[in-house]
Amino acid sequence: MKHLKFLITILAFPLIIISACRKDPQPLPSEITRVEPEPTSAIKGFYLVNEGNMNMNKASLDYMDLVNGIYTRNLYNQVNPEVTKGLGDVGNDIGRYGTKLYVVVNISNKVEVLNVKTGKKIGQINITNCRYVTFSNGKAYVSAYLGKVGDPKAPNGIVAEIDTTALKINRTVEVGRQPEEMAIIGNKLYVANSGGYSPPDYEHTVSVIDLTSFTETKRIEVAINLDRVKADSYGDLYVTSRGDYYTIPSKLFVIDTQSDQVKKIFNIAAGNLVIDDDYAYIYSTEWNYIEGKNKITYNMINVKDETIMDRKFIMDGTEKDIKVPYGIAVNPISKDVYVTDAKDYVSPGKLHCYSPEGRLKWSVSTGDIPAHIAFVN
Amino acid sequence: MTQKHSAIAGKMRFFIYSSILWIAFLLPLNSHAQTDSTKKATQLQEVQIREYRLTEQSKSPTPVQILSAEDLKRINSLSVADAIRYLSGVQLKDYGGIGGLKTVNVRSLGTNHTAVFLDGIQIGNSQNGQVDLGKFSLNNLEEIALYSAQKPELLLPAKGYASASSIYLKTKEPDFEKNENQKIELGLKAGSFGLINPSLVYLYKINDKLHASINTEYINSDGKYKYRYTNGVFDTTAVRNNGDVERFRLQAALFGKLRNGKWNVQAYSFLSDRGLPGAIVANRFDFTQRIWDRDFFVQGSAEKKLSDKFTVLLNGKYTYSYQRYLDPDYVTTTGFLDNRFKDQEAYLSVSGKYRISPIWEAAYASDYTYQTLDANIYRFAYPSRNSFLNVLSSSLTLEQFNVQASVLSTSVYDRVKVYSSSGNKQVFSPTVMLSWKVFKHHDIRIRAFYKDIFRMPTFNDLYYTFIGNTLLRPEYTKQYNVGVTYFKNFNNRKLKFIDIQSDIYYNRIKDKIVAQPGANLYRWIMYNIGLVDIRGLELNAKTAFEPLNHLVVNLGVNYTYQKAVDVTSKQQETYKDQIPYIPKNSGSFLAKLDYHQWHANYGFIYTGFRYNQKANNIYNYMEPWYTHDAAIGYEFKLKKGSININGEINNLLNQYYDLIPNFPMPGRNYRLTLNYKI
Repeated sequence: MKHLKFLITILAFPLIIISACRKDPQPLPSEITRVEPEPTSAIKGFYLVNEGNMNMNKASLDYMDLVNGIYTRNLYNQVNPEVTKGLGDVGNDIGRYGTKLYVVVNISNKVEVLNVKTGKKIGQINITNCRYVTFSNGKAYVSAYLGKVGDPKAPNGIVAEIDTTALKINRTVEVGRQPEEMAIIGNKLYVANSGGYSPPDYEHTVSVIDLTSFTETKRIEVAINLDRVKADSYGDLYVTSRGDYYTIPSKLFVIDTQSDQVKKIFNIAAGNLVIDDDYAYIYSTEWNYIEGKNKITYNMINVKDETIMDRKFIMDGTEKDIKVPYGIAVNPISKDVYVTDAKDYVSPGKLHCYSPEGRLKWSVSTGDIPAHIAFVN
Repeated sequence: MTQKHSAIAGKMRFFIYSSILWIAFLLPLNSHAQTDSTKKATQLQEVQIREYRLTEQSKSPTPVQILSAEDLKRINSLSVADAIRYLSGVQLKDYGGIGGLKTVNVRSLGTNHTAVFLDGIQIGNSQNGQVDLGKFSLNNLEEIALYSAQKPELLLPAKGYASASSIYLKTKEPDFEKNENQKIELGLKAGSFGLINPSLVYLYKINDKLHASINTEYINSDGKYKYRYTNGVFDTTAVRNNGDVERFRLQAALFGKLRNGKWNVQAYSFLSDRGLPGAIVANRFDFTQRIWDRDFFVQGSAEKKLSDKFTVLLNGKYTYSYQRYLDPDYVTTTGFLDNRFKDQEAYLSVSGKYRISPIWEAAYASDYTYQTLDANIYRFAYPSRNSFLNVLSSSLTLEQFNVQASVLSTSVYDRVKVYSSSGNKQVFSPTVMLSWKVFKHHDIRIRAFYKDIFRMPTFNDLYYTFIGNTLLRPEYTKQYNVGVTYFKNFNNRKLKFIDIQSDIYYNRIKDKIVAQPGANLYRWIMYNIGLVDIRGLELNAKTAFEPLNHLVVNLGVNYTYQKAVDVTSKQQETYKDQIPYIPKNSGSFLAKLDYHQWHANYGFIYTGFRYNQKANNIYNYMEPWYTHDAAIGYEFKLKKGSININGEINNLLNQYYDLIPNFPMPGRNYRLTLNYKI
């Protein structure tokens, strides 16, 4: 009897902790943050894709309602709770075309097509290892790392043409290895080949695709490990090279699409850029071996006369609060600049809004690795 | 200042609450012990061998938890990883299935701070410093022991002093009755996931001074099991693919006796071919990646008492491990991504113990290790490392008091064939531990230890292409532990024994090595930036009783509380958030019933909610999980030998859960074991 208490304690133990049970499964909730509304904003708002870490299945979609000043974090799961495992793993790009929103989810091998007003899923196009999306003439173009799956002799990537009404792949064209971002000027699509799967044997060209015949007509020599491609309104392309992360630094190149040749090299590190009217907004994060840490730079280029400007898009010193700039967009009407901070990649990120004068207007918390923005008007 | 004050107050509160909990547990037992003590005084000396290890647990100045061969046979486990889940303070990282990587994290310090020893010699991995415990099966093991801090013995190789916690695996040593000269044990396991697992243990007596053992095992499994994901709206059940495993292990050993000593040598080979099931993410359920492993080692050990006062221990080992990783989803200019890693290690250790007086001993151990890694990856540095470990230790053993202290010197010299090396490092690490038997006639002990140790950055941390950072410093841990143990053996009584251990601890990890982003997702870099504060409480209780004649019931319960918070920077929004994968509450319960030839057991494991990334928010929340495992068996006595049949059901309530997000664990599954012994 003296030991009864002890025995009861031992036997009761499982019962005690069973009470700390699992909850009924529920779709992940949204979270709302308020910022200063802009009732007269011509741009209603924008969608933001958070990439999420690989294998975590944490790609998420947020929406910023600029008119009412409401930021909704994790909209997708609320609107589309029936989609198995949600948006998926590593959101890599987003684009709006007409009334549809296209989200490229890299590891999940899919392009999700959503209603731009509601975020409701309309359809899905499966493309293995898809990277970026761009649009022209009723078609969406998606770059993908792999053309043929399971063929060791087929290292080349593709660009797929998607009919935006039928939401089906029409045609595909083989390009260089591990193609990244694309831009369209006239009837030509330009895609940056990286070759990132076979270092040090990187690709060093931009593939040119004729959109009528949908064939690769040529490759333009630029530099190794190309990544971003943006078109300005003067028929030029701004292409970034990531370098080899060791001895060859990141650089920015300008291609004249009349001659399809590099016409200017900016010796500045360029991780990502956006072009709005005559200005290119550029940031870069580069590892510095000597200091053993990242070096972050912000730059602006006047694309009309192709010169680096004295002006910066963050002027109030708040750039020091950004740990890793990871996404950038410029409001085409108000000229506000949105910069995302991926921080340490494993914490929720931040979205900062800067006025055209470079002053911080507001900041909100996002999902993990906030990266890609598409405006809604 | 106010911040600092509240931190101290928090620490105080934690210790006060813990003390109250202890007192509540100890009071009734203590008063009982006093009333019965005189009658039991003589019986206490008659502690049987069966309880020998238990008393060792309660005497140890460092917390130790032991699973004996008997336990291992009885708990539903296929590998060391399965069994170790029942121990307190342990979080298993398990990617699911038989082939999935299984590593342990003891007291929230991280996988790399736990060393795994096989028969006294460490199992190394220069590449990532992690030992996959799923590779080690239980059928040839005599014991698994988990020590926090270190094994409280003096005569150890220096490596025994060099990690924050240690797991000792001990293989079966041949042991013969007078008139026998061989023993055979044939086993066959079969069950869910298409598991077939035949094994053989053969022990042979060459002569009185020389015994041999051979043991071998083959595992084949298709690794297919159902898993389910749901958010209440979607509800998807699918079958895990690419989880097939084929493994073969062959081990041979010689055990010899010397005058005043003993020696052994063993050779080990392990071949494995398996699929690598990936993360189950939206729209992606099937995988094609594969891994091949070839592990081989020879090791030897000799211990001899050279005089009444002086004992010497020699250890040596050579290891060769080869791993090939094939990813058909990753097509390079030379075909599929096909990485090969060759890891080699040579190890030599000399230890000596000297008895200065009957109560005072001192020991010195010196270890040398050479490691080298070869890989066919771009910009590989081909690193090699020479490590010298020297440790001076001493112990004082009085009737009711034992104290042991040591200081370890670690010197590491890294060399690379190309690019830059991380250079040389030299660190001194002290440890102090003590055990105090409070009353002369009762086995109530207070124990305490302080250990300051570190882990070296691994070759991957330093040199892996794009990720490695040669500027890394070691990652340091400090551990403070205070505990109480109580053991009482009751002979010829309904109640057999009671064993209670409880400890509270405070750990701090400084310069934690964490991957941080570089310019993009391809370019993560290792940094020394983490600072983690860990406060924990562990409670283990075991008892055995005989409620009816011949029905013996063994019960054991473990509970762990851990508050492991990230205190790296106050500027971070995750400041003071619980670190990933560490539940605040976890525990296990184990019951064993024996009745004549029948035996049955039931195990319950609970892991509370935890977060899978730094921020403690709803998006990173992981549900608690708890599994019930049960088994029943019968032993047929034959004219010669015996046959044991055991049927197991694991995860009885078919709970679907993940330990690592998107790597589903199996639901309800079955195993049948046949064991024939002659």
